[in-house]
Amino acid sequence: MKIAVCVSHVPDTATRIKIGVDRKAIDPTGVTYIINPFDEYAIEEALKTKEKVGGDSIVYAISVGGVTNKESIRKALAMGVDEGILLKDDSQRDSFGIAHALADEIKSLGCEIAFFGKQSVDFDNSITGQLTAELIGYNCVPVVVDFKLDGSIITAEREIEGGREVVETELPAIITTQKGLNEPRYASLKGIMASKKKTITEKAAAQSPNYSEIIDMNLPASKQPGRILGTDSSAVAELVKLLREEAKVI
Amino acid sequence: MANKILAILEQRENSLKKVSFEAASVASKLAKELNLEVEAVVAGADINNLNEISKYGITKVIHLKNFDFSNYTSSGYTEAISNYAKEVNAVCLIVGNTALGNDLAPRLAVKLSSGCVMDCVNFQVESGEVIATRPIYAGKAFVKVKLSSDVKVFTIRPNVFKAELSESGNASVETKEISSPNLKAKVVSFKKSEGKLDVAEADIIVSGGRGMKGPENFNLIESLADSLGAAVGASRAVVDAGWRPHREQVGQTGKTVSPTLYVACGISGAIQHLAGMSTSKYIVAINKDKDAPIFSVADYGIAGDVFEILPVLTEEIKKIRS
Repeated sequence: MKIAVCVSHVPDTATRIKIGVDRKAIDPTGVTYIINPFDEYAIEEALKTKEKVGGDSIVYAISVGGVTNKESIRKALAMGVDEGILLKDDSQRDSFGIAHALADEIKSLGCEIAFFGKQSVDFDNSITGQLTAELIGYNCVPVVVDFKLDGSIITAEREIEGGREVVETELPAIITTQKGLNEPRYASLKGIMASKKKTITEKAAAQSPNYSEIIDMNLPASKQPGRILGTDSSAVAELVKLLREEAKVI
Repeated sequence: MANKILAILEQRENSLKKVSFEAASVASKLAKELNLEVEAVVAGADINNLNEISKYGITKVIHLKNFDFSNYTSSGYTEAISNYAKEVNAVCLIVGNTALGNDLAPRLAVKLSSGCVMDCVNFQVESGEVIATRPIYAGKAFVKVKLSSDVKVFTIRPNVFKAELSESGNASVETKEISSPNLKAKVVSFKKSEGKLDVAEADIIVSGGRGMKGPENFNLIESLADSLGAAVGASRAVVDAGWRPHREQVGQTGKTVSPTLYVACGISGAIQHLAGMSTSKYIVAINKDKDAPIFSVADYGIAGDVFEILPVLTEEIKKIRS
């Protein structure tokens, strides 16, 4: 079985965001980029699926973006993914643009299943998996915390408000992964060495419309520092009074 | 006939969710500014409180009805709603950014060759164009976005827009039976989680961090949450340590929340956590380190010991609630 895992390359979550001079992108100076944290669950599930299905199954890691995205593809290869594919485009694509490129590649590779992190922790749209699936007519279950594949039948549990929905569908499909689905393996030293010999194919990303335009990017207004009411439970009475009478929230 | 803007409503267990009223309000407001006709659309089996939507500026409700629509089916809802949107030449769709809306909206967008902007927290109309504001990096920054597609899909963050009662209430409900819906992907059951309330939906959240010192002490958090009718939240540190389930995690790799009141207990306020909760209307911090970053976003703070303060606070709340 051909399995795809789609990875994105994002600023470390500890990054203090600064806005670039054009006010349309962040200032990348001094920012450390990492593999999108949710993609690690996608990689782990892709590898587990390969192990389960067996045969001559192969896992591809696909990323859309500039050459620096290869660092995240390399991380996937070190964890055990077989081949890397960089769909090159230095422009800032929106989720649609990214989904178009991925859809084209997943289809032409003939992947029956593709795993995506449920969202990239930069733009937080959490729609690339669903868009890609609709574009190529695959079934899709997003935000999955439990996944079972039996032949071509998928039973997946997805996280929703107040619980989990059990969804049944079948291949071909796209699954987007949520924390809690699995425990991503660490890249072993052997894996890291082996990854250096694995291929990352570079090709131009398929053309696509960009529907959204960023007009402005800004930082949230900084809040006035609040009041420290005390250092022990003697301050509780005042706190409750303020919540009732000033904030009117209880 | 004017072009249409559709509020896509959400029902669970045959009842409209709160965000549906917010979507209706947003849609009817935008309809006025853009000179559009507004309708509400909902897919479901039987819906108990459909009439309530009429109080929010909606005069026409379309109920796409099928027995199999009582539970969500991504393929079925997408097909039925996008077909209806095409039929009436809808130019704009407003969807709640819930688990369902987040799955449905992008699929509708593909079917309608439309762009979609997710998790909007504000709209402006400038020279006839909608400009949406949404958080990025879990709220560390915001972008203003406009769409160039003919049809436009926007999802709204729950609990941000007011569901405003409008005078022009008297909706007519039109039922459209959907025969042979597409059920390629279907919800077959629902497993309710043990917690009473979900952080993504709660009006009040009481969160605990590493300062709680161990999972056994979260009963203090739970008691306070119970007294307030609040959901229990957690920092990433305590989720990664296995003290609390992941669904309670608030922050950049957890949930981004905007409750009316957020009470942070024993949470120092790592940047990833602050990003996920700083848009809460009121924030209370209880932490023994007075220099902890959480106090920089808190409205009210007590710089003291959570173990001493929480039981007293819970008692006080119980007193005024009883």
